[in-house]
Formats: sequence, C-alpha cells, structure tokens
Amino acid sequence: MRDVAVVGFAQRQMQDYDGSPTCAELLVPIFGECYEQTGWTKKDIGFWCSGSSDYLAGRSFSFVSAIDAIGVLPPVNESHVEMDAAWALYEAWLKIQTGEVDTALVFGFGKASAGVLRRTLSLQLDPYTLTPLWPDTVSIAALQARLGIDGGAWDEAAMAEVVNRSLTDAEKNEYAVRAGGSSVKELLARPMFADPLRKHDAAPVTDGAAAIVLAAGDRAREVRERPAWITGLSHFTDGLHLGTRDLTRAESASRAAAAVGGLDGVEIAELHAPFSHQELILRHDLGLADDARINPSGGPLAGNPMFTGGAIRIGEAARRIWDGTADKVLGHATSGPALQQNLVCVMETVSEGMGI
Amino acid sequence: MSRTLSAPVTVSFDYTRSVGPVLGRFLTGLRDGQFVGARLSDGRVVVPPPEFDPVTHRATADFVDVAETGTVTSWTWVSEPVAGQPFDRPFAFALVTLDGTDAPLLHAVDVASPDEISTGLKVRARWATERTGAITDVVFVPDTGTAAAAAPVAGEGEVTGIVTPVSLDYTYAASPEESAFFRGLAEGRLVAQRCPQCRKVYVPPRPACPVDGVPTVEEIELSDTGTVTTFCIVNVPFLGQKITPPYVSAYILLDGADIALQHLILDIPVEEIRMGLRVKAVWKPREEWGTTIENISHFAPTGDADADYDTYKHHL
Amino acid sequence: MGKTPAAVIGVGQTHHRAKREDVSMAGLCREAMDRALEDAGMTLDEIDAIVVGKAPDLFEGVMMPELYLAEALGAVGKPLLRVHTAGSVGGSTAIVAASLVQSGVHRKVLTVAFEKQSESNAMWALSVPVPFVMPVHAGAGGYFAPHVRSYIRRSGAPSHIGAIVAAKDRTNALKNPYAHLHNEGTTVESVLASQMLWDPIRYDETCPSSDGACALVIAADDVAAASLNPAWIHGTVMRSEPTTAAERDQVNPQAGRDAAAALWKQAGITSPIDEIDAAEIYVPFSWFEPMWLENLGFAAEGEGWRLTEAGETAMTGRLPVNCSGGVLSSNPIGASGMLRFGEAALQVRGAAGEHQVDGARKALGHAYGGGSQFFAMWVVGADRPTN
Repeated sequence: MRDVAVVGFAQRQMQDYDGSPTCAELLVPIFGECYEQTGWTKKDIGFWCSGSSDYLAGRSFSFVSAIDAIGVLPPVNESHVEMDAAWALYEAWLKIQTGEVDTALVFGFGKASAGVLRRTLSLQLDPYTLTPLWPDTVSIAALQARLGIDGGAWDEAAMAEVVNRSLTDAEKNEYAVRAGGSSVKELLARPMFADPLRKHDAAPVTDGAAAIVLAAGDRAREVRERPAWITGLSHFTDGLHLGTRDLTRAESASRAAAAVGGLDGVEIAELHAPFSHQELILRHDLGLADDARINPSGGPLAGNPMFTGGAIRIGEAARRIWDGTADKVLGHATSGPALQQNLVCVMETVSEGMGI
Repeated sequence: MSRTLSAPVTVSFDYTRSVGPVLGRFLTGLRDGQFVGARLSDGRVVVPPPEFDPVTHRATADFVDVAETGTVTSWTWVSEPVAGQPFDRPFAFALVTLDGTDAPLLHAVDVASPDEISTGLKVRARWATERTGAITDVVFVPDTGTAAAAAPVAGEGEVTGIVTPVSLDYTYAASPEESAFFRGLAEGRLVAQRCPQCRKVYVPPRPACPVDGVPTVEEIELSDTGTVTTFCIVNVPFLGQKITPPYVSAYILLDGADIALQHLILDIPVEEIRMGLRVKAVWKPREEWGTTIENISHFAPTGDADADYDTYKHHL
Repeated sequence: MGKTPAAVIGVGQTHHRAKREDVSMAGLCREAMDRALEDAGMTLDEIDAIVVGKAPDLFEGVMMPELYLAEALGAVGKPLLRVHTAGSVGGSTAIVAASLVQSGVHRKVLTVAFEKQSESNAMWALSVPVPFVMPVHAGAGGYFAPHVRSYIRRSGAPSHIGAIVAAKDRTNALKNPYAHLHNEGTTVESVLASQMLWDPIRYDETCPSSDGACALVIAADDVAAASLNPAWIHGTVMRSEPTTAAERDQVNPQAGRDAAAALWKQAGITSPIDEIDAAEIYVPFSWFEPMWLENLGFAAEGEGWRLTEAGETAMTGRLPVNCSGGVLSSNPIGASGMLRFGEAALQVRGAAGEHQVDGARKALGHAYGGGSQFFAMWVVGADRPTN
C-alpha cells in the first residue's frame, strides 16, 4: 500500500447556521484554510470527495451546488457519498491507493437545524415496519442505553462521567456548541429527556462543515514535519434490525479494530459517539487501553454536525500528531442508528504498519 | 435584519410501497390481528420476519404465528413526541419480546407515565378497530390478563402494499448573496454581483463563483431587459406544478449579466418565441411585491429587433 | 505504483418495469444481485465488500436506505459504501467498486444500484419548490429541453434526428428481455407523431420512469483470470463541473470532454470510433445521442447527428450505440448508469444475447448526471489490459 497521511484539516461548527443548506459559504473559507495549511492551490488537489445528505437539506441533489465552493471550471475529479465525510475520506484514500492521484481533499457539510433532526433520522429505519411509527433517534439511543444499564454493562454515573469530561474538555475547543463541565452529581440531578437519557447525554443539534486533506508520500512530507500517516483504515457495518442485533455491542467497531491489527498503543482516540453510553460501548469494543485519552476536543457531545462529525474526529486526532502531542492516534466515525456502521482510522508518526 | 432570508418548506409525499412476499405475510397478519414471525436458519423466531435469512441469505419462507403477549426488554419515555408518532402525548417506546420469539420488536406502549413501565413488564397487543395491514394497526398496553378481542379481519387476500406519508418541515435559507438579490427585488431592483477574480457578473449573486470558488462581491444593478438565449415550451402537467401549461420557460440573459436567468415568457403566441428574442420584465403591482423573483410576473417582448446570434451563442 | 487489474465477472439486472409491485426494495436489489452472483459463479459469503448506489433518497422516502438494506444485501460484517452522484451514480458506483479492487484492498466486490421510482414520483422529487425562486422547473425534461434546442441551433441538425435515435433504441430494446419498454413497431414517423411534451422533446423521445436494479461482481486479477469470460477494466474516469456558470457550455460540457480524453488515454485508445466496438451511452432524451457522440470524441463538434442519421449508431453500424435499448427503454435512475456499465461488460464478454454485437472486444459504458455536469465512464475489454 502507498503511504498516505492526513496533512490538512479545517472545520466550522455552530448551533444555528444562518446560511444555505449546501453550506457553500462555509466551505469557501474552510478550503481557504486547507490551502493555507498546505501551501497548495486547488490545482494541487487530485481528487475531491464529499459526504452529505439530501434529507438533511430537504431537497434532492443538495450536494450539487456545494462543489461551486471548489471552483469547478476547469472540471475536477470528484465524487460524493451519502454518508459521513469519514467515508468520503475512505473513498479518497482508495483513489490514492490506485495510484491515479497523489492528493485529495475530502469535505462534508450539513445543516441539521433546517429540520427536526431526531425526526428526520427516523427515515433511516426500516421503511415498512419502523418508520411509520417515527421512532426518533434519541428514543432509539435510549432503548440502547437502558439495555446496557439493565445488563450491568454501564450505569448512569458512568454516562455522566463521559458527559462531564467531554464538556470540560470542550471549554478549550473554539468550535464547541456546548461546553462547560459540572459534576457527575449535578448532571445526574438534571431532568430526564428520554429516560434514561438526559439532554446532555445526546449530542447537540449542530450545523457545520469540515475538510481534510490527504497526501501520499513526498507530497505529505512537503506539507508537514509530522504528517499523520494513516497506518490503518477500515470500516464495517452491522445490520439495522434492532431486535436481532446486540445493541449493547458494536460488533462492526470490533471488526474494524481487528482489521487494522488492534488498537494497542493508541494514545489519543477521538470517538464519534453521539450519545454518552455509546462512548462506553466503543471504548470496550474497540479494545482501547484504559489510559487512552478519549475526545480531548470535547467530542460529539460538544458538537456533532451531521455528515461531518465523523470526519472531524479524524481531523481532531490528526492534529495531535502534527503538534507532537501523540505518536499514535485514532479517529473513529459512526453512521446509522445505534452505532450500526463504524470506521476506524489509525494515524501515526511513522508510515509503516499498514500490514496489508 | 438577519444576514439571510429564510422561509418554511414542507417536503411531503405519500409513498406507495410494494412490500414483497415476506413483509406482505407479516402485514397481512397485522390486518387480521395476528403477529407473524419467521423461524430463521439458526432456529430463532423473529418478528417482524427479516426478508432474507441473515445466515443463508435465502428469502424467508418458514412463517410462524406468534402470541400477542410479550415482555418489555427495554423502554424509554418519549417526553416530547414528534409528529407522526403513535401518540401526540407522552408515551413509551419499548423493545417487546413476544412470547415464543427470540428477538424483540420496537413499538409503542400506551401508559400514562414512566412509572407505569419497567423492564420485564408484561404487555399485550391492542389492535386498532380499523386495520389496513400496517405496523400502525397495533400498539401495546400493560397485560391485565384479559385479552380484548381483536376486531374481525379487515380485508381479504394478501397485503401487497402500504402507503406511508412522509412530511417534513424545513426552514430554507438563501445564502447572504442570494438574499441581497431577493431583497433588491422587493425594491424593484435587479441586483447582480461581480466575481472578484474572473470579473463575470452573476445574477443572482453567488456564495461561491462556480469557476473561482470565492463569493461574488461588487454590486451592480441590472436593467430588466434582456435576450432569450434558449427555452422550452412546457406542455406536460405534473404533481406540484405551480403554473398551468403550456408555458414557456426561458433562459434570459439580462443586459450586462454574464449568466442567464430562468423565467417565463408571456404576451406572445408560443410558436413565435425564438432564440434571440428581446424581452423586458413585466412586474406585478408594487403592493404584491415580496423578497422573491415572482415580483416579476413574466417577461414580454420589447418589440425590438432580435439580438444577433453572436451576442449570446457563448451562453448556450 | 500501478493498479491491480480488475474485471467484471458477473452482471445481473432486474426485469425493469414501471411498477415492480411484486417486490420490496430489498427484493428488487436481490433479484439483480443474485443474477450477478450466479453469473460470477459465486456466493454472497465470498464477497469482501458491498457498494450501493442510488439517486436522491427522496425518490423512495428512505434516508440512506443501504442502512436498513444491509442485512438483506448480505452486507452485515462487511464494509458497505453508499455513493450518490446524481444521475451518473450508477457509473460512479461501479467505479468506486472497481477502485476497491484496483487499490489492492479487496479481491471480490459486489456493487448494486437501484431505484424504485414507483414508490413516489420523480417529477415531484426533482421539483420540490425553492422559496423566493421562480417555479419554472418541470422535471428533468424541462431542464434539458432548452439545451437540446441549443444543440439543434448550434449543429444545424435536422429536426428528425431525435426520432431516429428513439426508434432505434426502442427497436433494440425488443431484443433485451430485461428492458422496461417493449414497444413494437416504433418508427421515426410514430415518434414524430407523439405528443410534444417539453418542446423540442416529444413523448417518445423521453425515458420512462422505471423500477429496477443492476449488480456487478468485480474481481481482482487472479480471480478474474480464472473466470470464463471476464470484462477487463481498461480505464475509469469521473469529472464534475458546476450546474451553472457564466458562459458555461451546457451543450458540450467540458467535464464530459475532459473525462473522455482522459479515458481514451488510460485505455490506450487513439481513435475511439475505430477502436470501440459497442457503446452504452446515457441517453435519457433522444437528442443526447448526437450530443454525447461529439462530447465523447466519436464525432467532431456539430457532426454527431450525421453518424446517427447515417445509421452508424444502429446495431449494424460503425459504432453500435445502446444495443440494450438504453435509458430510453429502461430508466431506474440510480441503476441506469450501472446498466450502461454492465451492458458494456456483457458485450465484451459475448454475453449480451440477442443484442450482442458480433466480436465486440472493447466497449464504452457512460453515465452523466445533474445538469450535464457529473460524468462517469469506463472502457472494458475482452483482453487483459497490457498497460
């Protein structure tokens, strides 16, 4: 495999973005930051790939005008996934692996506040036997949370600890839309929203966009002293069926971790857990060491723009390699109800260990 | 004044779903007041039946009638229901494992408060009187030991389809650049902007020049006359159509702009419309104006000589 | 570093119809997948990864349907990707699936693209009103008709060229058992006599709205070499440009021209019209055949219609185009591009049945989407690529 690194990352997160659903106005300055970080222009980018959702925007082909933010005459080599941009990163990484291109810019965007997010996401369920009941995404996560509580896998205090740590860390993140640590006791005293979940157990509805720059070999070395070399990239899916799946587990996350040879030595992990208990599931099923630092950015509980939240985890993790905080990090992304689909991206200071 | 203009949009359609033989069997059961599950290749009995066996991948064929009583294996309290949910007051969603099955299904339980539901609670189906063969034909209630008789079978033959209304409310916002255009229209002005890099004049202005990827900035006011570059005559009626056919949808290159605008051409027999036709905006009465391009009712011929092909051919 | 050679070793499609009321979405996909797997002599368990393609989710009213479909598609425990690039998606999806193999990551990949348009109404889904903007749009036909008019003006093509294409493709479809439309006796005259819908586009010059799916099994070098008749992938290209831009050429878009030039180069083709034996080109409205013939470099600008008029794009012509009946005869939008890619593979595998072009060795699969702005294309060949 070719050595490929994350060498650029820019993001915006906000509560109520007062702009168009395609977020073109947000993407322009984000791309600008990527050019600034790399010293490149758009001509240096070999492949573009984005992730977004028509249903989030409320219209067909919502991604089409987003590419205007690139400036696409002359035309560009470009693709789009109806998934979190973390999977756009996967497609871009493949493209680099084919040898066709050496660089790629991956982006995602979404304006979740345009609709009622937890209701819109009911459309991800089985359209014949579930969606007609409109089970909202918070309710589904709550059913999952209770299964774990009843089964003794975690408790409300452990969930509150995740929240408290996330919101405390979020105080240092300029993009966080929710921040401010408290105490487990104070958090547990707050009212239930979707018993056993309190509002702070769920990621806030967040608008935003983000971009990540990938480069192979010397193209990466020319940009950064410490490129975040991707030494493992893998994703798997579970079935959606909420009854036949063990909701207290994230089997596809375990499988992805195994496929990259395990996550031993990961010092910092940015986990895309939109609900507090899901972080507990992921830590366990990814096999992270007890001393691995989780979500120093504040993570999704501080801000989780749909279709970008996963990619932001990868970007946040990569930054810790660039700035010398860590030598081995994990960016994780999830998609679908109750952690159905999971992606892991392991990045290191050295480019060996892909092992394929 | 907010930076951008916004307006509500409802995206609404009643989807007609053909369900195929496996889901058809399940939904037919619901219509008839009977849960139908499937025995999978690993021996488990599952409701609703998966269409294909998760292990052998073959179409599910071994159907089993299942009890209408079961046990809550997980639950949550919906304190703020959203539109379309089984109740418009607080209620519980639960995973319910029907007696004799090996996996739960998700459904609503009708209880008045979270104190009335718990893991392990025995529940029973409460069938709707009018049933069509849909998951909404039933909800669950705490099992008091007495079965309320299901209403008689509601139909004949197999259920082959369902209708699922999907209606979503959104707030649509225009970009700041487009907002400037729409606000200009409210004053009877056609506001364009120039790209700072390629110098092309865009109407409406753009959050990103599609060539250079930067916002258009320098404001230019255009006249309301222009040239028809190309057009089509719409003869076909369709769902959601706002304008009665036949009508002419045309690209109009306003004088001074570098990109054409789409609008209607009226006040001329459709067969006389042609490329190069010179047209002028016909505005609605001022009191009807809003922040919309619909302030211009349509464009009508100016009566001037047609524009030379060379003046607009690079806009096709 | 070079690509791992890859080939299509299985092609499957559904019987496309206006309404496939006998199946669910999962059933529709599996009908195509099971045929592709049988063709490849493989089981679902042997597949390493699954790539799903589909056009807008509003068509079926399911957000990211691949999530709920994962189990039925046999994707559980596997990597699952979902591509959406507007009308070109069927082609783009096949290209993403190919890149999973060409990158050396996987050896056996299954890709499926579908649309069950009868669940809603495509005209509605594509014309949801935008506030503040004039609701002059009238679906895809209303969008493309003005550009067809521009082509006619620019090229000086006689007005019956579109009808020649429609009559040809509908007649070709009679040889394709999977085609949605089997309209016997379609002639240039009958097309010209059909209702004018979006002037200058007539009813018989438009694609139908179909339920349907297409699936491909794409395999790496060693697996493919062991297969009976692999369709080797000689080149894949995607290019995008904006929907609207000042002075953008909407008739002969640069993205299509650039994509074709890159494709011919990748595939080592110097004279496309002489070296391509069969082409499956995305022609949802008849006039797009001559337009794309020029865009792809099969004819000089303004000359594409001459090939059509001379019968050169008929099955017996110099460049048979859309022997399957094309998009004009079957249009499950999300799958339409993959059908073009799959039909191209069938041609070079000698497996196209009644609509087989004798001795086809190299074929083009082409798709486009959005406002003629997203292009995806590939060349497949009977021989393993040497480059």
